[in-house]
Amino acid sequence: MEKRKFTIALAGNPNSGKTSIFNNLTGSHQYVGNWPGVTVEKKSGVFKYKDYEFEVIDLPGIYSFTASSLDEKVSADFLLNSRPDVVVVVIDSTNIERNFYLLIQVLEMGLKVVVDLNMIDMIKEKGIRIDTKKLSLILDSFVVETNARDNIGTESLKEAILNTVLYKKENNFHLKYRKSVEKEIDNLFSILKEKSNESDNSLRWKIIEILQGNREVFEEVKREIKIENFDKIINEAIERIEREVGEDDDVTTVIIEDRYAYIQGLIKECVSRELNVKERYDISNRIDKIVTNRFIGIPLFLILMWIMFELVFAVGNPLADILDVLFNKFAVLTSSWLTMLSSPLWLKSLIVEGIIKGVGSVVIFFPNIIILFLYISLLEDSGYMARAAFVMDKLMHTLGLHGKSFIPMILGFGCNVPAIMATRTLETKKDRILTILAIPYISCSARLPIYILFTSIFFKHSQSLIVFSLYIIGIVIAILIARFFKLTFFKHEVAPLIMELPPYRVPKLKFAFLHSWRRGEMFLKKAGTVIVAAVIIIWFLSYFPMGVDYASADSFLGRIGKLIAPIFSPAGFGFWQAAVAILMGVMAKEIVVGTLGTLSGLDGGTLNSFLISHFTPISAYSFMLMSLIYIPCVATIAAIKKEAGTKWAFISVFTSLILGWIISVIFYQIAALF
Amino acid sequence: MKLSEIKVGESVRVKKIKGDINMRQRLLSMGILPGEIIKVEKIAPLGDPIDISVKNYHLSLRKEESDLIIVERI
Repeated sequence: MEKRKFTIALAGNPNSGKTSIFNNLTGSHQYVGNWPGVTVEKKSGVFKYKDYEFEVIDLPGIYSFTASSLDEKVSADFLLNSRPDVVVVVIDSTNIERNFYLLIQVLEMGLKVVVDLNMIDMIKEKGIRIDTKKLSLILDSFVVETNARDNIGTESLKEAILNTVLYKKENNFHLKYRKSVEKEIDNLFSILKEKSNESDNSLRWKIIEILQGNREVFEEVKREIKIENFDKIINEAIERIEREVGEDDDVTTVIIEDRYAYIQGLIKECVSRELNVKERYDISNRIDKIVTNRFIGIPLFLILMWIMFELVFAVGNPLADILDVLFNKFAVLTSSWLTMLSSPLWLKSLIVEGIIKGVGSVVIFFPNIIILFLYISLLEDSGYMARAAFVMDKLMHTLGLHGKSFIPMILGFGCNVPAIMATRTLETKKDRILTILAIPYISCSARLPIYILFTSIFFKHSQSLIVFSLYIIGIVIAILIARFFKLTFFKHEVAPLIMELPPYRVPKLKFAFLHSWRRGEMFLKKAGTVIVAAVIIIWFLSYFPMGVDYASADSFLGRIGKLIAPIFSPAGFGFWQAAVAILMGVMAKEIVVGTLGTLSGLDGGTLNSFLISHFTPISAYSFMLMSLIYIPCVATIAAIKKEAGTKWAFISVFTSLILGWIISVIFYQIAALF
Repeated sequence: MKLSEIKVGESVRVKKIKGDINMRQRLLSMGILPGEIIKVEKIAPLGDPIDISVKNYHLSLRKEESDLIIVERI
């Protein structure tokens, strides 16, 4: 049967508009980030076109396949091993030369390519023209022009993709390097070819990588193709090339030079003129005069962070209140409806007091969280985030972290889980692990409900200040933890910055909002699944043994709480309900509030009255400190395990427990003296 | 001389890239090639990193990275 399903990979530099193309093709609203590291996960989507189905994999934005970062490795592996039916290479037409560098490498891998000249509107308005016919001929690939932002050219792109998978055979693209290099490539090729199953182009690509010193590819080929003295053969080839090119150059330099020389020739042939950097950055430079100014830069950054928190409360709280009222009404309605149906008491209790109240107490924070995510999205999409990293790098670097660590850590304010995933962009394992260890101390949005709850009762008039202090403390601890582990476990060099500052762009509000909504949905899903499960468990432990007063000290829950409560008395909250809430918080921090809600509301009282009678402002702050520091939630632990390994997951959990206890105790003891 | 010794506003020509192979590959791939003209556009508030323009874009580099780029004035 004729093949009707195909796989497409989307490749391109960061900021090339690749993700917009992905959105336009698949209709799913994905994130459009302006700096490296945002799209670390392999995103995929599907679209149908003329009776054919296409799966699209959106690869991380990368500049090249040098294998010095995980993004690049993941992409190279996918392209070489999974060999998608076609690769759409998205080009930022305002920056052709560097963008073509990646394109050339994809072509060298022997894959079928569609060249997508994106942001074509921006160069057209400057009178620049690209001879797509000529380009198409030389590169032996279809070339389309798109303006992804306004969704123009998507249909031609789909058509080009279809034509490529149906009618194009393996591409014939061939970049000739200088004589001394080609001689060695041909030589090695003839040695390896007979013993290899690879396609010609793929083998050639691997040889070129090996000559540049790519150890991974070298080991891989060595394993597959058993040749005697492979090391020696390679070294001699490299020596011969370097002898020819003179002492200032080496194989790597020569190969990259030749590629760029080819690209420059290509541009001369096909592009009327290239946009120059001053034109491209005209407005951006003016903005940067202020944003990265010596005196304004850092204060501006701090102000923007402060505004973020103000917005989250000033706008978020009223909306949260509305949801709260709605949920209560819903609870009452359901309760009377269930009574009407003569449902058993336990079922009514489970549904109303357990599920509805528990889940509701978390869902009402959805507005606050959406606002937080939206703000971060806008900062990212506009291009400001790269400037923030630029301005803060020296500080981060002095603290032992990487300028790029800044990005995952900022994400940590939304949710620790994607933040930990984002550490893949850090190039060295060391930077990744240090950042991963630091992230859990960044107050994620799940802890926000806890802060909001306690501050609204105990710190009514200084709410944002107190919460801000918690965020700052979290950041300070995060840095100290990274420092500590760096000095104890790692002592080497920090990875380089080498970070692009893209032109500022007006963020597409629709994308930013939709993306924030999606992230908020993720938060809710977490609330939905984990919390419903947790709430049911709490409910069960509270309701049974049969006959006890719900959630009283006699229930299973109460007994467990009573057992561990004394541990917390030095911290000011040595009562079983707090102990239980903290236990439950291991599952998901949002549950702490839900648990307190469930536990307090069940003897008829309200959460507020319970808190007032059991906490003081000092113990409330101490409790919030504990929530900030102790064990990341289950999802975070799972992410740490996934990205850093089981050993580090254990270390992270253990450290946070001890640290959380110590700090809340110290705080409480000292504060109680005044 | 090293790129790190160049003042803001100056344009220079790249002569060679030093450092280990990973660094060199990184910098070269980004377009910082021998013969390339780059300009030091600005410096961060805390004195590091710097922002240079190369090919058609802006790139920020730390001092220890710009130390590896050997340049000559034009």
